[in-house]
Amino acid sequence: MAHLMDNTHEPVEGRAPLILGGHDFKSMTDAVAAPMERKTPLGWWLCFLPSLAMLSLLGVSVGWLFWEGIGVWGLNNPVGWGWAIVNFVFWVGIGHAGTLISAILFLFRQTWRTSINRSAEAMTIFAVMCALIFPGIHVGRVWVAYWMLPAPNQMAMWPNFRSPLVWDVFAVSIYGTVSLLFWYVGMVPDLATIRDRTPSRVKKLIYGILALGWRASTRHWQHYERAYLILAGLATPLVLSVHSIVSMDFATSQLPGWHTTIFPPYFVAGAIFSGFAMVVTLMVICRIAFKMEAILTLRHFENMAKIMMVTGMMVGYAYAIEFFIAVYSGNPYEQFVFVNRAFGPYAWAYWIMVTCNVLSPQVFWIKKARTNLAVLFVMSIVVNIGMWFERFVIVASSLHRDFLPSSWDYYSPSLWDVTTLIGSFGLFFTMFCLFARFLPMVAMAEVKAVLPGADPHGDGPRVEIRGAD
Amino acid sequence: MGLPLPMVPRLPAGKSYGLLARFEDAASIYRACEKVRDAGYTKWDSHTPFAVHGLDRAMGLQASRLPWVVLLAGLSGATGGMLLQYWVAVHAYPLVISGKPLFSWPAFVPVTFELGVLFAAAAAVFGMFAFNQLPMLFHPLFSSRNFEAATDDGFFISIESWDPKYDEAETSTLLREAGALEVEVVDNE
Repeated sequence: MAHLMDNTHEPVEGRAPLILGGHDFKSMTDAVAAPMERKTPLGWWLCFLPSLAMLSLLGVSVGWLFWEGIGVWGLNNPVGWGWAIVNFVFWVGIGHAGTLISAILFLFRQTWRTSINRSAEAMTIFAVMCALIFPGIHVGRVWVAYWMLPAPNQMAMWPNFRSPLVWDVFAVSIYGTVSLLFWYVGMVPDLATIRDRTPSRVKKLIYGILALGWRASTRHWQHYERAYLILAGLATPLVLSVHSIVSMDFATSQLPGWHTTIFPPYFVAGAIFSGFAMVVTLMVICRIAFKMEAILTLRHFENMAKIMMVTGMMVGYAYAIEFFIAVYSGNPYEQFVFVNRAFGPYAWAYWIMVTCNVLSPQVFWIKKARTNLAVLFVMSIVVNIGMWFERFVIVASSLHRDFLPSSWDYYSPSLWDVTTLIGSFGLFFTMFCLFARFLPMVAMAEVKAVLPGADPHGDGPRVEIRGAD
Repeated sequence: MGLPLPMVPRLPAGKSYGLLARFEDAASIYRACEKVRDAGYTKWDSHTPFAVHGLDRAMGLQASRLPWVVLLAGLSGATGGMLLQYWVAVHAYPLVISGKPLFSWPAFVPVTFELGVLFAAAAAVFGMFAFNQLPMLFHPLFSSRNFEAATDDGFFISIESWDPKYDEAETSTLLREAGALEVEVVDNE
């Protein structure tokens, strides 16, 4: 494509453009709105229908679980938390990259975020939905799941607020709520764009109601921008608190392998790591499927690869420190758990984790790997496999050999554990397909603000560059 | 006051809503806003597809008071959260765990924080909509077909007919002199 230029090198005389292809405001609107206005492409059905099939598998698995009970899973006596908690932590972690992109990169004025923040936030919301399923169905008697909330009831019973599990209920549900608000507020101007350009009366009505009568007024933008800044400021400590609290589900117990103070920062780094991997997976697909090479540029992918490499090394550092502390503590139980983790019955899982999370991201030292979509796509999946295994290793290897050797056992998932995990991916991809078809996938109003000509005082030093066309 | 305009007042039949002028780009609307502001208009607005940096100051708007609403809501959320946990742990359902005091407040910090964030975020969103008087699904400006470009690539200034300085011919000239590409009269219907 001749009109696409390489923006992964900064030219000597200024900054490389964020958006390629010589887009102006109008062509940007057209490019983003196109996937919503075209006839549904065949490729969309090829993604949507398998996802929907997987989602029905979730329905069947959860239905069978409710009918028969927690016994359909592979849980046994020392391992009372299995895949359900692994999947919960995995999905919550995925969501964190969305908030990092929408809130933390916003506060740091990383304007490249504008191309990816909308879909990353959508990913967050769908990941939190997947995550919330697991503790919800794990309680066994689902019809009393409301006991987790401080709701007045005829038994005069209240939650124990000293328990991290109750903190988790608040942290994850509030995280989901705030992410949804943030996402919707960000979308209001773009929904108004769709309202104003669609010829269909039905669409005009639906998008018109969703856009709340937005008329792009500066008096409105003023409050809007302030609200957006505040939400970013609130979401930043919130997202850090969420995975910290999730890690306390483990860290406040007295089980060797869980009882460690490094867990909160270690979990947060891992969450951002896996979340960025998922963003890369989705963005590679979107870039190709919706021909968004000019908006989702190689520069965006290169930046994400760098973040993955950094967070991957933070996670590797945490793995090393855990071993060091086990040795340094002089505690025989702690030492046993870590030797057993790396060389015991679950050694296979441990080394999958180390290979995927610590060794493989090192490929991103090479610029060619950071800017090669095929490498990025494969790596993003490898990283998410590794991060799923990290949670599996933490849960299973710590629990399966506890203090009393007579109660040791080996944990394997049942068929229903597997179908529930596959089903949760079905929910995630079904929601994402619907999002990509019916909502503006790129934050148009925000991308327009970083285009040339957006600054009333002239364009800064960003210059067009020529490169490998 | 940084507050948005009041809702459209009841105008006599046949009176128009006001003038709508389209401008070329961000730089020209910025200069035009400064001119309209300096001409002393108060009941007017500008419409841009994205938030043009500094345009609120070019219009002479004062800073949004939203942060105060958010602060108040956040503090009440956090206070309410701590009081809820105090009441549950000390009065409604006292449990002695590991001999710790009933009001073991450090353990109540996470939920206090989360509730503070929830209330603050809700106040930021709903407060912003309240300040902006949204949802307002109908507005006279929507009767202009040109105005549909305001969410695409159009930069507009609208001046309401009940502004004390409003005069259809004079105001129209002002807008044209400020660089308007076209000026139209918007009906109030």
